[in-house]
Amino acid sequence: MAACGQVNMATASNDEIRILTPSGMLGYGFPVDHFRRGLALKPHAITIDSGSTDSGPQKLGKGEMTCSREAYVKDIEVLLQAQHETRIPVLISSAGGDGTNLHVDVFRDIIAEIAKRRGWQFKLASIYANIDKAHIARELRAGRVEPLGPVPPLDPREIDAATVVVAQMGAEPFLKALDESEGVDVIVSGRAYDPSPTAAMAIRAGFDPALAWHMGKIMECGALCAEPVGRNVMGYLRQDHFEIEPLNPEERCTTASVAAHTLYEKTHPFLLPGPGGTLDLSQCKYEQVTDRRVRVSGSRFIPSNPYTVKLEGAKTSGYRSIFIAGARDPIFIAQIDGLLEKVFAATRAYFSDVPPETYRIIPHLYGKNGVMGDLEPVTTPAHELCIIVEVAAATQSLATAICGKARTTLMHAPYPGRIATAGNLASPFTPLEIPLGEACEFNVYHLMKVDSPTALFPIRYEEIRA
Amino acid sequence: MSAATTPLREIAKVIRSKNAGPFEITLDIVFKTKEDFEAVRQSGVITKELVSQLYNVPTQNIITFGFFDLINAVKITLPRARAQGGVGETDMHAAQQHVPLQEIRVPWPVVS
Repeated sequence: MAACGQVNMATASNDEIRILTPSGMLGYGFPVDHFRRGLALKPHAITIDSGSTDSGPQKLGKGEMTCSREAYVKDIEVLLQAQHETRIPVLISSAGGDGTNLHVDVFRDIIAEIAKRRGWQFKLASIYANIDKAHIARELRAGRVEPLGPVPPLDPREIDAATVVVAQMGAEPFLKALDESEGVDVIVSGRAYDPSPTAAMAIRAGFDPALAWHMGKIMECGALCAEPVGRNVMGYLRQDHFEIEPLNPEERCTTASVAAHTLYEKTHPFLLPGPGGTLDLSQCKYEQVTDRRVRVSGSRFIPSNPYTVKLEGAKTSGYRSIFIAGARDPIFIAQIDGLLEKVFAATRAYFSDVPPETYRIIPHLYGKNGVMGDLEPVTTPAHELCIIVEVAAATQSLATAICGKARTTLMHAPYPGRIATAGNLASPFTPLEIPLGEACEFNVYHLMKVDSPTALFPIRYEEIRA
Repeated sequence: MSAATTPLREIAKVIRSKNAGPFEITLDIVFKTKEDFEAVRQSGVITKELVSQLYNVPTQNIITFGFFDLINAVKITLPRARAQGGVGETDMHAAQQHVPLQEIRVPWPVVS
């Protein structure tokens, strides 16, 4: 049984590999009936990603996960059930959202718990992606770490300040895990380039890496490439093309929806850099095969030399408190900017014993420019404002104290023409000052050259038994 | 060419903004047809200079700007004003920064 993964791959046809991806994000849930419809089409593997930097730096900074543990248990149990029934491998990437070692182990424990409860056994590989800070510092000194996009060059102090630094693995660690042992049934990985699990399965079966990466790139978002967008999606990769089809019969892939998918959240629509190279989609051809299925060909992959991986890290940066208040008086609203300046100056004067550079007071004025800030083209404020004042300081109690002082000062601030002399703010909630806990910020987002695509990503194998 | 103009929100199929990683924001304008895409391109209204003005970013800092035939889309990628999710964030996902693009007026309908 331990060799099931390999048996399946060996019996996979040379003409086609089929991959089933139930969702673009593990933990968000997916329609199980459509997933089981996919299983009936005899996929060779199930892949699913759980990674994203999109909900913020607090995952890396504070060890939070994208979804609750309960949500992960629910989705993973459906995947393990499928593995138990079909014996095809299940590949899960970027555990917990940030893909730290901590969250790989959380996923590993969830998997072991479910197996114990359900009486299942299989071989598990856990692939880790935390990168040793001393190693990064050495590579930085050797000139092998560069900013990725509009990011400052890496300061060695930021490496130390980061709670943890991970690197996005490519397909190679998955290939290693699949090859190295007697066959692996379930892989849970730390931070990975989202398409890596799908690409690894297809590359291992001998197919064109360019098509493998492109299919992986589309499938890592589930059926986001369909109209309307959905969850479960099936990919069919062949010698010179692949096809993509959503598993919900109400959804369809169109040439436009599949071609335009690579716009989403990407810097460039046709040039997609990843570990080991860049996917070039500028020459792709998209054909409508059925009214719900699209065929893609012409993808190209340009290997990079040397091989690079993306480093991701975040640090904590003090504590925040906010207050939330409404304003309805037009005489007050017309003078809000000048009034806030005075109130913040008075607040700073009151806290003159606190070094001014160690805290920040930032207004968010909804109804004026709360969403776009200085970029807001509309200059006339609305008839009512939601005022949120954000204070960041070294400790929670100080942040709350500064926030409280700013709130009470604004509440009672005099202004020219004031006739509402009892108070300037409508406060909806208690506590009137709300502590938000530690703030986090991304501080490592750099490319690091590596000699080996696998050496930084250790793998642990174990037999999971009931 | 007619003197009348129409805002892009009445012409395009999709106008949206989103993070492209924690340090970039990307804006997509996708058109319903090749004809609409070509007409807007030909109008010459959407330029790097206009983007620079709307988003207060020097033209040389624009990361991606292009009309992409294969997908009838304009793609624009800019540096984020601040790293995503830090102190002072106003839009964690950068999902509501597209509105200035909606309001761009182009000569429409196109009279040949």
